[in-house]
Amino acid sequence: MTAAAHAVRLHDVTVAYRGHPAVHHLSGAFVAGAMTAVVGPNGAGKSSLLGALGGALRGFEGRIEHDSTLRIAYLPQASSLDRSFPVRVFEAVAMGLWARIGHFGALRRVDRTCVERALAAVGLSGFGQRLLGELSAGQAQRVLFARVLVQDAELILLDEPFNAIDARTTADLLSLLHRWKNEARTVIAVLHDLDQVRANFEHTLLLAREPVAWGPTAQVLDAAHLFKARQMAEAWDDAAARCERAA
Amino acid sequence: MSSVLQAVVGPFVEFPFMRRALVATWALSLGSAPIGCLLVLRRMSLVGDAMAHAVLPGAAAGFLLAGLSLPAMSLGGFVAALAVALAAGFVTRNTPQREDASFAAFYLIALALGVLLVSLRGSQMDLMHMLFGSVLAVDDAALLQIAVVASVTLWTLALIYRPLVLESFDPGFLRSVGGRGAAVHIALLVLLVANLVSAFQALGTLMAVGLMMLPATAARFWVAGLPAMAAVAVAIGVASGTLGLLLSYHAELPSGPCIVLVCGAAYVLSVLFGARDGVLLRQLRKPVHLTR
Repeated sequence: MTAAAHAVRLHDVTVAYRGHPAVHHLSGAFVAGAMTAVVGPNGAGKSSLLGALGGALRGFEGRIEHDSTLRIAYLPQASSLDRSFPVRVFEAVAMGLWARIGHFGALRRVDRTCVERALAAVGLSGFGQRLLGELSAGQAQRVLFARVLVQDAELILLDEPFNAIDARTTADLLSLLHRWKNEARTVIAVLHDLDQVRANFEHTLLLAREPVAWGPTAQVLDAAHLFKARQMAEAWDDAAARCERAA
Repeated sequence: MSSVLQAVVGPFVEFPFMRRALVATWALSLGSAPIGCLLVLRRMSLVGDAMAHAVLPGAAAGFLLAGLSLPAMSLGGFVAALAVALAAGFVTRNTPQREDASFAAFYLIALALGVLLVSLRGSQMDLMHMLFGSVLAVDDAALLQIAVVASVTLWTLALIYRPLVLESFDPGFLRSVGGRGAAVHIALLVLLVANLVSAFQALGTLMAVGLMMLPATAARFWVAGLPAMAAVAVAIGVASGTLGLLLSYHAELPSGPCIVLVCGAAYVLSVLFGARDGVLLRQLRKPVHLTR
């Protein structure tokens, strides 16, 4: 595989929380224009990795390498949002234009059209003036997908995008993921449903704080790798020895 | 002039100190109420209360050094409250303790220290003045300070509105697009402290937070969106300030508590009759459903 085929390369990336590794010494590359699932048990470091890739989590060790002009869209876990804060749907989606409008920029007519098109694409036409907190979990997730659409990114990072979402919404949103892939965008998604991964994602990174396997989905999600990932102890070992590779 | 009109307008026409007090409460409402709305929506209501207490030791230090000097007490109060905010923030970021607990710890220390400092030199009256203020004694310098702080607050909120909203409901996304959530949070705390300090002379350290939080909590029962909520909170603050001053004048009661009590009445009425989630309307509203 050539270097140009990779959207993002990781060089010995370690994301630690209070000295304990959430992701430990991860090196490898995400294939450009492909859909890669990041799977693993709870506490395996999946969200930490995605946060580091998306710029939401700073202070990691190692190096994340990608084209400096790469446009990145990051969809955080739904649980990290405060939906009780009174934000209107249009306003929430328009935040996706941040790269252009920043703190103070005004929305032009073309921007408003862009937001309305994104809302239509996720089946929420006419919802613009509704408050985010008035929507169902599935509708709120559609709003966040509309925000990703508006970002027009080349690298799309989705953290557990289908949690607590009904089957129809999941199918609709999955079709968006395939659309992005067809548009040669790179999609990296943290997921738990392995059947969904096998059916939709050609590449998988299996994490258990350290990389267990990374490559074509069929090879990664075999019984031996999954068994190895399950061996990961969720609890921290406060008496753990200092990592010799950390220097 | 009818007797009712005379009772409402007369005190403000007749007495300059009433006019200054009226303008002061209106300006305080303009700056404080939107800050209160943000604190309510960000679940930081008690942080406002804690910071109001934290003003005291700085104001007391200013009093010890320069007597009842507004600039000295304001500067001291500002520095002390910011120090408490930074100390509480430091503990929250560097220990497992949550923000509410660290703010509670530091404001209690600040309050005790403030009372101790005042008692070193001041009289019982000085302490009462610091704790409860005197809106009828607001002079031109204090009025100017209140007006400047209100103006700066509204301009700053307008400038940081977008990142403030984003940081409030989706901080992870804000970080991912390069927004500085911590800076926005600090800016909000600085505005909070500035407003509490500017309200200090009028309402005292204990009452200053009343005009900030009560209109904001009441407004939540009438409207949903943030801009509308801020506008309703300002209106409630302005109305409460006016009614509170009139109540104080006619019943010969202390003005600060009167203003805050009228704010409190507005809150109770909003809880009961608010068009959005008011208790009574929820009880009276018959359950209906649409066809789809």
